Amino acid sequence: MEGKDIEKRTPIPERPVGERVKDFEEVSLGYSKEEAIKEAKRCLGCSRPLCVEGCPVGVEIPAFIERIKEGDFKGALLKIKEKNLLPSICGRVCPSEYQCESKCVLGRLGAPISIGALERAASDYGGEAEEESNGPPKPKRVAVIGSGPAGLTCAAELARDGVEVFVFEALHQLGGVLRYGIPSFRLPRAVIDRQIQRLKDMGVRMEGNVLVGRTIPFSDLRTKEGFDAVFIATGAGLPQLLGIKGENLEGVYSANEFLTRVNLMRADLFPQYGTPIKRGKRVAVIGGGNVAMDSARVALRLGADEVYIAYRRTEEEMPARRVEIEHAKEEGIRFLYLLSPLEIRGNEEKELICRKMRLSDELDESGRRKVFPTEETISLLVDVVVVAIGQRPNPLIPSLEPRLARGREGEILVDEEMRTSLEGVWAGGDIASGAATVILAMGMAKKAAQSIKKYLGISSRR
Amino acid sequence: MGKIIRKEPLAEGVVLLEIEAERVARSAQVGQFVVLMPYETSERIPISLHNWDRNKGTIEIVFQVVGRTTSELASLEVGEEPYALLGPLGKPLEIKRYGLVVCIGGGLGIPPIYNIARGLREAGNEVISIIGARTASLLILQDRTKSVSDRFLVCTDDGSYGEKGFVTGVLSRLLKSERIDLVIAIGPVPMMEAVANLTRPFGIKTIVSLNPLMLDATGMCGVCRVKVGGETKFACVDGPKFDAHQVDFADLKRRLAMYKEEERRALEEWKARI
Ligand SMILES: Cc1cc2nc3c(=O)[nH]c(=O)nc-3n(C[C@H](O)[C@H](O)[C@H](O)COP(=O)(O)OP(=O)(O)OC[C@H]3O[C@@H](n4cnc5c(N)ncnc54)[C@H](O)[C@@H]3O)c2cc1C
Ligand SMILES: Cc1cc2nc3c(=O)[nH]c(=O)nc-3n(C[C@H](O)[C@H](O)[C@H](O)COP(=O)(O)OP(=O)(O)OC[C@H]3O[C@@H](n4cnc5c(N)ncnc54)[C@H](O)[C@@H]3O)c2cc1C
Ligand code: FES
Repeated sequence: MEGKDIEKRTPIPERPVGERVKDFEEVSLGYSKEEAIKEAKRCLGCSRPLCVEGCPVGVEIPAFIERIKEGDFKGALLKIKEKNLLPSICGRVCPSEYQCESKCVLGRLGAPISIGALERAASDYGGEAEEESNGPPKPKRVAVIGSGPAGLTCAAELARDGVEVFVFEALHQLGGVLRYGIPSFRLPRAVIDRQIQRLKDMGVRMEGNVLVGRTIPFSDLRTKEGFDAVFIATGAGLPQLLGIKGENLEGVYSANEFLTRVNLMRADLFPQYGTPIKRGKRVAVIGGGNVAMDSARVALRLGADEVYIAYRRTEEEMPARRVEIEHAKEEGIRFLYLLSPLEIRGNEEKELICRKMRLSDELDESGRRKVFPTEETISLLVDVVVVAIGQRPNPLIPSLEPRLARGREGEILVDEEMRTSLEGVWAGGDIASGAATVILAMGMAKKAAQSIKKYLGISSRR
Repeated sequence: MGKIIRKEPLAEGVVLLEIEAERVARSAQVGQFVVLMPYETSERIPISLHNWDRNKGTIEIVFQVVGRTTSELASLEVGEEPYALLGPLGKPLEIKRYGLVVCIGGGLGIPPIYNIARGLREAGNEVISIIGARTASLLILQDRTKSVSDRFLVCTDDGSYGEKGFVTGVLSRLLKSERIDLVIAIGPVPMMEAVANLTRPFGIKTIVSLNPLMLDATGMCGVCRVKVGGETKFACVDGPKFDAHQVDFADLKRRLAMYKEEERRALEEWKARI
């Protein structure tokens, strides 16, 4: 292979900007089979692969890439599935640039191998790699609360070893943030539906419209409902607000509300669907994470002429995935840095008044440069404001079960095996970590599943 | 789960549904509500629990047809199921011995006030119920509410039944003659606000059940935020019952008007379709 091929990654095809901003279809088209094989061939197949260390669930990356090199997509998919049961989702939304790809040796020579896109290719072309189940069900029942990536992963891991698993979800559709938060142009609904169907095929029972703590008292799960163990995966669904004047004006949304109206309730199809949304002409989104990028790009697709992202620091500190920042820029979203909202005034026409900030050389706990307010302010004229400044752990179950030990941010405290302070109860995902990522939620869920199996006296296949 | 087993018109545009919902019935507590989606394309709307039967595994709700989603709900027939039903939701009312309690239900506030009066009376309180409506035909569930009250007072705006005038008129007379320990009022926002203003000078603990717009109703979206005592609360999980003297009613009214135009369009679209 030519030296310069190693330096350059195979570009991932995307839909042209002018076309994609008009609908909610997927932006990234993913590799064709040929492109995937070409990209796979860049992999050096390191004998001590660092990429694997960068993966929270330990996917054997060089091994699955090896199979893609040979054109064996099914084999690649099976290899990934040994460690990761949601590859079609992770291949799309995993922040691989900060994880596996950041460790890739090729990164030093040019660009790291495109592991996320190859994972997606494996899931796109690997077919319906069947799930092997492990004999007849064991007489053990586990309740999983929440159907986001943590809940789904734990359910799958347990079902694989024959445990009878029930997933309870408060909303009427399953998938957690994958469904109500992440827009379809990044994660098509069909991909989520397929993953969920697969779990159902494995025998996992799933029930929507059940808010544990209200519909079923939490303490009844272990007693009256007869579950041998419980896994809490209720996520970080509590939106943080700014607490500034004008925040309750009409057209001021939390990102969760804004995204849920569109992604779950289909407000983009109003009035065929009954849920309305304000389609702003000029929209300001506050924040700098994935949630802010998604909100801005949704606003654009709802027909906004101008969409701003106002962020407290600079682009360097933005927590959003790089590729999403790039996509947002390509689509014409305007990034305004070093701004912190002070007040929202007006009514339909609003004035968003922001304080200008400056960065100092001092570092904070997270290793980022500290920000300080200046005396200067600026104002933006907008009609919709979306607040995307973070979510806190869902407080319902901890507030009803005071024996569950909680941390400072309201997260459920767990030990290294994801056990909570309550016998027979585990927790994982955003409810235990605070808002994080799909793959970290999955990693925690896998640990919990192993621990639950040990507790139930079930030997694991892996 | 979810099948409608009884549908009863209580007044013009007011419908009672009895629905099979075993888990909801088993867990229901005084003062809670459910969220319904009549069809897959509907909004999620909150409706208070009026009654439940743990043995039969059913719940009863009463609602008024005001817009698209309540029209859709009213179009479901016995034997059909709404697309989604979630509950019971919200913090239950603290049921204990307060003493003399006045329960006020205005219009569609009457159905939820019924289970509150019942719960408080069973806990040994003396319960005075005041119910009111615009006109006699809208005075629903009179017998039921009366059966769980020690004293029962009725008024209509137009004087077509009971006393002529508002529930606040009846309350202000009681305030002069009785030593009241707790007032609970459910009904239109202006009514709840007026009750709060009446009891405030007397320093009587007053609880109202707020009805902001809701979406998920599980504490995830924040659309139901209300200002109470200067703090932002989420009515679906922190409420919907709050200390009436602390509620910022002006903020609530403004937020309720948010989708007026869209609601009109949604209703038109649905009418055109059926
Ligand atoms: C807009 C947005 C974009 C994101 N983009 C990315 C990305 O690109 N890449 C990435 O890796 N991560 C991303 N994230 C973060 C990622 O989605 C989360 O870290 C992940 O979903 C956490 O998974 P979880 O299973 O812990 O919880 P969740 O996905 O939050 O699922 C929790 C589920 O539990 C349900 N629930 C809560 N309480 C109860 C109860 N009492 N009873 C029953 N059910 C209950 C909730 O309704 C919800 O469905 C994004 C998040 C958001 C909001
Ligand atoms: C906790 C709670 C309990 C409720 N209990 C009941 C009940 O027992 N019976 C009942 O009939 N209604 C109840 N409501 C009100 C009910 O949810 C609304 O009437 C319903 O959402 C209207 O939906 P729609 O699509 O038919 O009308 P829309 O088209 O949405 O609205 C029509 C009109 O109703 C107003 N409206 C919309 N939502 C609400 C709301 N949440 N509260 C008050 N007005 C609203 C709008 O401003 C508009 O003027 C309750 C609301 C809450 C929050
Ligand atoms: S309705 Fe969404 S938080 Fe209350």
